[in-house]
Amino acid sequence: MTELRQRLGREPGGTREPEEKESESENKLDGETASDSESKSEFGGSPPVPTSDDTPEVLNRALSNLSSRWKNWWVRGILTLAMITFFFIIIYLGPMVLMTIVMCVQIKCFHEIITIGYNVYHSYDLPWFRTLSWYFLLCVNYFFYGETVTDYFFTLVQREEPLRILSKYHRFISFALYLTGFCMFVLSLVKKHYRLQFYMFGWTHVTLLIVVTQSHLIIHNLFEGMIWFIVPISCVICNDIMAYMFGFFFGRTPLIKLSPKKTWEGFIGGFFATVLFGLLLSYVMSGYRCFTCPVEFNNDTNSFTVDCEPSELFQLQEYNIPLVLQSVVGWKTVRMYPFQIHSIALSTFASLIGPFGGFFASGFKRAFKIKDFANTIPGHGGIMDRFDCQYLMATFVNVYIASFIRGPNPSKLIQQFLTLRPDQQLHIFNTLKAHLVDKGMLGSLEDA
Amino acid sequence: MPRILDELDLRSDSDVPDVPPPTDSTPEILKRALSGLSARWKNWWIRGILTLAMISVFFLIIYLGSFMLMLLVLSIQVKCYHEIITIGYRVYHSYDLPWFRSLSWYFLLCVNYFFYGETVADYFATFVQRREQLQFLIRYHRFISFALYLTGFCMFVLSLVKKHYRLQFYMFAWTHVTLLITVTQSHLVIQNLFEGMIWFLVPISSVICNDITAYIFGFFFGRTPLIKLSPKKTWEGFIGGFFSTVVFGFIFSYFLAQHQYFVCPVEYNSETNRFMTECEPSELFQMKKYSVPPLLQAVLGWETVNMYPFQMHSIALSTFASLIGPFGGFFASGFKRAFKIKDFADTIPGHGGIMDRFDCQYLMATFVHVYITSFIRGPNPSKLLKQLLILQPEQQLSVYKTLKSHLVEKGILQPSLRG
Repeated sequence: MTELRQRLGREPGGTREPEEKESESENKLDGETASDSESKSEFGGSPPVPTSDDTPEVLNRALSNLSSRWKNWWVRGILTLAMITFFFIIIYLGPMVLMTIVMCVQIKCFHEIITIGYNVYHSYDLPWFRTLSWYFLLCVNYFFYGETVTDYFFTLVQREEPLRILSKYHRFISFALYLTGFCMFVLSLVKKHYRLQFYMFGWTHVTLLIVVTQSHLIIHNLFEGMIWFIVPISCVICNDIMAYMFGFFFGRTPLIKLSPKKTWEGFIGGFFATVLFGLLLSYVMSGYRCFTCPVEFNNDTNSFTVDCEPSELFQLQEYNIPLVLQSVVGWKTVRMYPFQIHSIALSTFASLIGPFGGFFASGFKRAFKIKDFANTIPGHGGIMDRFDCQYLMATFVNVYIASFIRGPNPSKLIQQFLTLRPDQQLHIFNTLKAHLVDKGMLGSLEDA
Repeated sequence: MPRILDELDLRSDSDVPDVPPPTDSTPEILKRALSGLSARWKNWWIRGILTLAMISVFFLIIYLGSFMLMLLVLSIQVKCYHEIITIGYRVYHSYDLPWFRSLSWYFLLCVNYFFYGETVADYFATFVQRREQLQFLIRYHRFISFALYLTGFCMFVLSLVKKHYRLQFYMFAWTHVTLLITVTQSHLVIQNLFEGMIWFLVPISSVICNDITAYIFGFFFGRTPLIKLSPKKTWEGFIGGFFSTVVFGFIFSYFLAQHQYFVCPVEYNSETNRFMTECEPSELFQMKKYSVPPLLQAVLGWETVNMYPFQMHSIALSTFASLIGPFGGFFASGFKRAFKIKDFADTIPGHGGIMDRFDCQYLMATFVHVYITSFIRGPNPSKLLKQLLILQPEQQLSVYKTLKSHLVEKGILQPSLRG
């Protein structure tokens, strides 16, 4: 959700003086400001104008039939519906289009954050810097896409000779590309602008860390099965909308100083609503193979297929309802997909920890005195504004899948095994054998 | 585009006067000034003695073994991290930010826990297999690390204080970039160490040798400046350092490659509960006859030469150390100029901080790691084994059968008499 700019005109006058003194002493030392109080100089002159075009919560306090505010509300609502419809269309079009969309969103987010960095540091005219930022983005993407392609498209890669070489020396090539960028950065350091250039270098790297790694985790989740992509994202969106609705109707106790419009009622109401939504959505989706099957690359048709025997996560099972709920719900057993239990974990994370991503972004916007990341979506701000809560979610889902759902991929392990030296292969084989014998899996079937 | 405030006039660094290069720790001054000034010679002697002291400590630790080396790498990492974070505090005058020092150390702990967990599980697989609690920690390692990191992240968000948002975000980013540089590289150094101590010693020595020989060549023959960023570096030093480092690396690897202690991968022996380095040396470390190319035959007068294949790799390592390693040094110089500091810290008299000594090593560590994984060995067998052991029993059985049929096919395994 977009946040209001700090209403400096409302701050008590008593706090102004010590801050100004602090800022002066800071300025004397090195021109670097230690606090955000410099904004006084700019805001002091203009009257405090509440920005009315992007903040529906204003409706709470002001009259609710001012036509400009309703118009804004309608704009937001229509754009929300448009984005959700767009989301469904993309899902319908399939994994390849989804991957492309994730890629585009990633590039746009990177662009938005880097542009903010330029604005903060007035560094548009730094030599080379824009080129270098895009170059680093390309390098890191090349590295991650190469790893993904190697993992998931192993047979395709083995078939084509140039791909095979690129894949074998992938890390070396990526590192060499990155080093080239690093050396270009060092060579581009200009005497009067060292600090600025280092700041932008750091800014670029942190942005890459946040934006690019998470988008690749999203793609990994997608390959596990589209349900692992759709349910988390929908839970975060649902939590956003539900928390807003509950806050709108019942909101009373503020949640955190950072985002004054969030309330405890919205938070808790959103939590329960999201868990329920997650349960229902997973129930509906688990019935369809196109959502639950891992995305595979079919060598013969050279396209993505989602066809498989659904794993036991997606097969209906009878669960006994705990006695406590039996009286409430009136059933003794219920038929559910095991995945729905996992969806409770996902929705809980989306409602309880996901908002911290939003608070982080709010803090970031307040720190750099910006209202929105960009103006891409009317009524909503930039792409980054919509995706700030998603980032923690993507990492969580990936870690969750790796830890609880699947272990390592057996076929991938076999492929790695085949590249080892014979003595290493023998050693691993013997250790595995000893382990299986230990566990009693290999009885008198095999020779010791 | 939303309007951004102008309160940070960072268009240039010119608002702060340039600090003149300090005279007490820059021996190149000797070139320009009289060489008989006793204060400067004294400083030169201090630097020299400290250099010898550091090299001796290095040899001592090598003698004490891999475990001590790991501890040393860890201590250096913690110290470098501390130095860089302290610089951040000074730059942003943020000593009194709430929580921030605790949070920085907490993040360091988290990231180290994550990396050590991944490494320990790989290399101590047999040790870990036997202990149930460790099994649990290993299996859910990523989840536990992520949960720990998230706790730190949420603490950071909750600690944001109204007037200090920007500062806190700067320190957060500073911490993360520092972690990225120091912690990941130190773990790569340890991974290289486990490949064989030679993969740890030769790169580090090449960087040190390049430092020293480039300085010596620059001292005696230096004339053309190399880069504006470090006015004391010269092309003569650079090129002279390159050739001497290649020769040094070549000779040094020849000596090291003969001893199993240096050449063998470090393994953890569960019976003796120690690290051991005993193995059949791989073919990299077995003498081979190479034909000398006709060009060099005239110069050297030999037709063939007995070399270890590893020496060819050492040429690649030394070349990187001499040509690209200095960029790490230039990066650190630029960083110090940007933040108007002379040295990272005052830990080592005459040399500055630990980070000053290790700035060139970081790129080297990553390069050696990438080099090993790309050209020397394939996937890590112990990692593969660990993953195999995590699989479900039915999956393990089917993998076992596939592997067995493959090995029998290749003739590596004799077909069993029964079944």
